[in-house]
Amino acid sequence: MTEPGTPLVNLKNISISFGGIKAVDDVSVDLYPGEVVGLLGHNGAGKSTLIKCLSGAYKADSGEIFINGDKVIINNPRDARDQNIETIYQTLALADNLDAASNLFLGRELISPSGFLDESRMEAETRKIMARLNPNFQKFNEPVSALSGGQRQSVAIARAVYFDAKILIMDEPTAALGPQESEMVSELIKQLKKQGLGIFLIEHDIHNVMKLCDRASVMKNGLLVGTELIGDVTEDDILSMIILGKNPKAKI
Amino acid sequence: MNDNPTSENQRGLIARFLKDTEIDTRLLGMIGALALIWTGFHFYGVIFNNFGAFLTPRNLWNLSVQTSSIGIMATGMVLVIVTRNIDLSVGSMIGVIAMAMGLLQVEILPQFVGIGHWSIWIMAVVVGLIFGTLIGALHGWLIAYRGIPAFIVTLGGLMVWRGMAFLSAGGRTISPVDGVFALLGGGPYGAIGAMGSWAVGVAACLGVAYTIYAGRKARIKHNFYLRPMWAEALLAIVGWLTIIGAVLLVNSYPWPKGIVRQYGTRIGQDLEGTFISHGFAIPVLILVAVGILMTILVTRTRFGRYVFAIGGNPEAAALAGINTKWVTMKVFALMGMLTAVAAVIASARLNSATNALGTLDELYVIAAAVIGGTSLAGGVGKIYGAILGALVMQSLQSGMVLIGFDSAIQRIVVGVVLVLAVYLDILYNKRVK
Repeated sequence: MTEPGTPLVNLKNISISFGGIKAVDDVSVDLYPGEVVGLLGHNGAGKSTLIKCLSGAYKADSGEIFINGDKVIINNPRDARDQNIETIYQTLALADNLDAASNLFLGRELISPSGFLDESRMEAETRKIMARLNPNFQKFNEPVSALSGGQRQSVAIARAVYFDAKILIMDEPTAALGPQESEMVSELIKQLKKQGLGIFLIEHDIHNVMKLCDRASVMKNGLLVGTELIGDVTEDDILSMIILGKNPKAKI
Repeated sequence: MNDNPTSENQRGLIARFLKDTEIDTRLLGMIGALALIWTGFHFYGVIFNNFGAFLTPRNLWNLSVQTSSIGIMATGMVLVIVTRNIDLSVGSMIGVIAMAMGLLQVEILPQFVGIGHWSIWIMAVVVGLIFGTLIGALHGWLIAYRGIPAFIVTLGGLMVWRGMAFLSAGGRTISPVDGVFALLGGGPYGAIGAMGSWAVGVAACLGVAYTIYAGRKARIKHNFYLRPMWAEALLAIVGWLTIIGAVLLVNSYPWPKGIVRQYGTRIGQDLEGTFISHGFAIPVLILVAVGILMTILVTRTRFGRYVFAIGGNPEAAALAGINTKWVTMKVFALMGMLTAVAAVIASARLNSATNALGTLDELYVIAAAVIGGTSLAGGVGKIYGAILGALVMQSLQSGMVLIGFDSAIQRIVVGVVLVLAVYLDILYNKRVK
C-alpha cells in the first residue's frame, strides 16, 4: 500500500554523533497519519537515538525534520510537545516520588484561576483517563514507585494519550509487561491508529511488529538498512535485515 | 504467629484512625520525640536540680525565638536537599550578610540620612535580602550551569563568605544596630504583646477552619473520598487547641521588672508590679509566615512541583520539558534569600554583627531538615518537618544548657541524635515498604 499526500513526519538525513561515534548516520524515515511504523534493529543500532531527535531529548547534528510538510526546529522536549509529539520512553520517564496525576501533568500542570496548581481537577482528569486505559487502576494517591510495572506503564501511556497527540513515539512499550497487559497495549495501538495518529514503534518482538506495524524501518550500526511494507516481507526477511544488514529480496 | 484477636482489633482501630484523619505518622513521631525531650529535660531538672526549668513559659518562649533563624533556613534547605544538592555555606552567608547590613545601618546610611532615621532598617533589610539572593544565585549558577557539584561550590562558599565577613569590617564587631531593626530579633519590645497575640491566634484559628472547609469543598466537587465528619472536627479542634495553648503560653511570660520600669518611665506612668505579657516574638511570627509561604510554594505551585520532580528523577523532569537548570538556580537563590532573613533575625537578636555569626549553623540547618524527614537521596521532604526538626535540635541544645552540660557533651549528644534519627527513619521506611 502506498501512502498518499504529505507525510505527518518526515525525518530527513538525520545524523548525530557522540564523541566521534556516529550513533545515527544520515537516516531518513517518514510516517503517515493512521500508520504504525516499526523501528527495528539490535541494541545500539541507533533507533532510540534517532527517535530522541524527534522527541527533543537530543538535538541532531545535521538533518531536517518536517511535520505535515513544514520544516520545524525541535530543540527540546517542549518544542516536540508543541508539535503534538508525545513519547513513551523505555524507562517510562516517571518521577517515582510523585503520584499518577502529578506525573501525567508534569510540565503541563492545570492551574486554577487563583494561579495555584489545581490538584483536584488534575486528579479528576487522571481518574477519567485511567478508567479508559486501565479500569483496575486505583492507586491515585500513592507515589508511582508503589505501582506495579504494568500500572506504571499505563501512567506513562496515559500521559502520552491525554494531550491529544498527533504523533506518538513508543519505545518498547511492552518490554516490562505480562501477556495480558501487552495485549492491552496492542489493542490501544490499534485504537489510536484508527483515530488517525501516526505511531513510531520501537519493538524487539518480531511477532508484534508483523501484527501491529504497516511498515518497518530497520537500522544497523547507525545506518538505515531499509524500509519495507510489512505486507511484502516475511519474518525471516526482517530478521535478516536486522542481523545481516540487508534485505534478501533486494537482490532479486 | 500473632493471632491475638484483641491486638489485631486494636491495630485495626489505630490504622483506621490514622487513615480517617489522614495524619502523617512521621508528624506524630516527631511530636512524640519532642514531648520526650521536653519532659525528659524538665524532670531531669526537677530531680537533680530541684527545679524543672524546661517547661516554663520563659524557656519555651526563648526556645521559640532561638528556633526561628535555623527553622527559616531549614525550610530552604528542604528544597536544596530535595533536588539532590546540599548547601554548606549558609552559616558563613549569615556572617557576611549580617556584616553587610550592620555596616550599612551603623556606618554608611547614617552619613546620608542621619542617625536613627526611620528608613534605615528598611534599607538594611532590603539590601540584605538582595545580597543573600545574589549569593545564592551565584552558587546556583555555578552548580546548575557550570556543573560544579553543590558540595564543592558551597564548601568553597563556606570559606569565602566567612573570610569576606572578617575582611569587610577588619574583624570588628558592628554594634549597636538600628532600634527598629533590633525588634526583628525578639526581646521584650520585639514581641507583639497579649492583645496582638490573641489577634494572631484568632486569625490562625480562622485559617485552620478555612483550610479544612476549602479542602472538603474541593473533594466534594470532584467526588473524592471524604474524611468522616468526626475526623474533620477532631483536626479542627486539635488545631485550635494548639493555637490557643500557644497564645496562653506566650502571654503568661511577663516582661522582667527592669523592662517594665524602663517602659513606665518612658511613657511617664508608674507601672511598678504590672504584669505585661511578651506575647509572640516577632522572629517567631516571621518563621510562621515563612513556613506558610514555603508550604504554599512547595505544594501549590509549579515551581514546587518541579523541584520535587527533579529530585525524584532529573532525567524525567527534563524530558517533561522542565528547565531543570533554571529551577536549580532558583532553589539556591531562594536559599540565599531565606538565609538573609535568618541573618536579620540573628544579628538583630544579638544587637550586633560579628564575623563569627552563624558559625556551624549549616550543620544544624541540614540536621533539622534531615531529622524532619528530608531524604538525602532527593525527592522527599516536608516544610513543617524541617521546622519541627529545627525545634527538636534547638530543644536538645537549650535543654542541655539548662541542665548544665558543657559544650563538648552537647556536641556529642547532638551528633549521636542526628545519626540515630536518620537510622530510625531508615528502619521506618523499610517497614512501610
